[in-house]
Amino acid sequence: MAYSAGVDVGSTQTKAVVINEDGEIVGRTIIDTGANVVTAAERSFLAALAQGGIDEEQVEYVVGTGYGRYKVTFGDTQITEISCHARGAVHMFPNTRTVLDMGGQDTKAIRVQPNGEVLDFCMNDKCAAGTGRFLQSAAAALEIPLAELGVVALRAEKAVPISTTCTVFAESEVLSWLGKGKKIEDILLGVHRSIATRSIGLLKRVGIEDQISFTGGVTRNQGMVHVLSEALGTTLNVSEESHYMGALGAALFAMDRIKSSREPVRAKEVAV
Amino acid sequence: MSTETNGHEIVGRGAKDGGRLFREWFEALSQATERGDQVAYVFVMGSISEILRAFDFQVSFPEINSLQTAVRRVAHEYLNTAEDYGYSPDICGYVKADVGMQLRGGEHPMGRIPRPNLAVLTNACNTYLKWAEIWERMYHIPTFTVDIPGGRSAGYGANETSGDFTRDRQYVQYQLQELISLCEQISGQKFDIDKLRMQMQYTNDMAKAYKRVLELNQNTPATFNALSEGTIYLGVANGLRGSVEGSRYFQDLVQEMEYKVANNIGTLPEEKYRLVFVGVPCYPIFRRFYELFADWGGVFIGSTYLWFAAGGLELGYEYDLNNPLESLAEGTMLSVRNAMDSMFFQDRALVNMLDPFRVDGIVYHPIKSCRTVSTGLADNRRAVMEARDVMTLFIESDMMDKRVVSEAQMKNRIDAFFEGLATRKLRMSNQ
Repeated sequence: MAYSAGVDVGSTQTKAVVINEDGEIVGRTIIDTGANVVTAAERSFLAALAQGGIDEEQVEYVVGTGYGRYKVTFGDTQITEISCHARGAVHMFPNTRTVLDMGGQDTKAIRVQPNGEVLDFCMNDKCAAGTGRFLQSAAAALEIPLAELGVVALRAEKAVPISTTCTVFAESEVLSWLGKGKKIEDILLGVHRSIATRSIGLLKRVGIEDQISFTGGVTRNQGMVHVLSEALGTTLNVSEESHYMGALGAALFAMDRIKSSREPVRAKEVAV
Repeated sequence: MSTETNGHEIVGRGAKDGGRLFREWFEALSQATERGDQVAYVFVMGSISEILRAFDFQVSFPEINSLQTAVRRVAHEYLNTAEDYGYSPDICGYVKADVGMQLRGGEHPMGRIPRPNLAVLTNACNTYLKWAEIWERMYHIPTFTVDIPGGRSAGYGANETSGDFTRDRQYVQYQLQELISLCEQISGQKFDIDKLRMQMQYTNDMAKAYKRVLELNQNTPATFNALSEGTIYLGVANGLRGSVEGSRYFQDLVQEMEYKVANNIGTLPEEKYRLVFVGVPCYPIFRRFYELFADWGGVFIGSTYLWFAAGGLELGYEYDLNNPLESLAEGTMLSVRNAMDSMFFQDRALVNMLDPFRVDGIVYHPIKSCRTVSTGLADNRRAVMEARDVMTLFIESDMMDKRVVSEAQMKNRIDAFFEGLATRKLRMSNQ
């Protein structure tokens, strides 16, 4: 049995996935990226191997993805997270036609073909509003753990409108609403809706087509899943693996390479 | 031009000679004040250099002066000077770099840019008008605006038999006659129509050759990269329009391109993807930007920049030297309209070139500091994608301001674009 791996080095977290020849996940892990990107890639990879009980020698091909993909020094090649999220989402949810990936500093809207081929994509540019960073700012201002934001937001009765489009200024706006006596859950629902509005703007630029798969770290936030589903008028494809979708896609591309050739080849010489 | 030259001398000559002519042109500008030459500031979309050269004006293109500061990596110094003076970070980077340069007494990395005696502009760009007003206030010089009618309607007025066309042409002609009177006053020279005919003949030669050079990129491999070599050719086309040197340069360039076609010589070691560029180049990282595509085997076989920033020269309009003023008016009007179509309605031309140029993908590059050229690109892109199944990439940065150029973000998008192109090519080859 051959194994392949994908290592997704994101701005906030690094994810690693190991799969078998059937495309099944046998090991996966998430760690904070931190300042040392090379070490983060190695640690996450080794942790995923350990979780799956796989020896490093059994992994025949590794693909690095994410912003730190060129720091996956043990990897055989690099593929962008845009291609990887699309591939992972279509593998996990075959009827996916649109992917929304929301990470720590990036939000991507991707339109895909049934075979996972990327037709079009769009990302936030030079601004982290509409990304996980916006939630982090709100969490810091309200002194609520990031993991609990969504649950608290879902208790809201009436969302407070968050008008700022700047992640930095969002903190000030949140505090000003607190000062005016607004409930924390209502403020948080407003924050979630603000992010959802910007994300849907990206989706519209590539064209929204059912089914929509939601990927990236923010998929763990139940409040965001709810708000997005409500705004889009459809149920989003989300699973336990959604946070790992980029790494999964990378591992699937790596498995393609193993199957097409036992000789490592450079990404630029073959199609992804 | 010599027919005896060998391939070694021909290949790359356009880039080499273009660089030399460009330096010589800036040297001449640097010496203009000392020599007592009159200087006219003009713009790439409708420079009307033929009239100005007929009065021996040295022509200076503020747009080119500004972009050169970015290519030479000092634009931020000029932008900061202008912003410290009070200009907003949000306005045109070309304007601010020019203002910075004027405030520094013409100090420029290519030499010294002389003060203008006259500024001539068209209404092709809204900013041209406000920009010229700055010089008017700074130097109390006359500015002359040629109002080209119909520039904001796609393909407007190309019907030469319609009444509107004739009236539009007459309207432009009257304006050119006023410009000639103004040039006589400023230069102290009497208008010489035969001299104008000569300048127009040089432009005729250049336009015919320019059109031919662009068409030759239908060949595979491409003979030049529109984003790198093409920008050099464009600089010569603007700076030396209406000159014998410009005319000769483009005759030589046609020879070089035809030689490359005949000998199957491309511009990249291995051409994998044929692309079209839409917008203005990313001058702050000019070479690196090109490499982000070339590293994947992507070559730009065409660029809308080579259309609109050449003032519509690729139209190949040929002046009728028997009716110089009427023909100059008509040529200016049609070329500027063509340039504006290339900015605002380029989707039609792009769709038409997909097959003959065997285009794999289109790269849209809107820029922060030029709304005029960037605003409609998202709609244009959508129109092209609805008309044809072609891969496109939409990346934003700037032509001047490195503060809004994020190479890492651009590389990520460009890499994803090529990954998509590779997948598509593989799928199509398997069908």
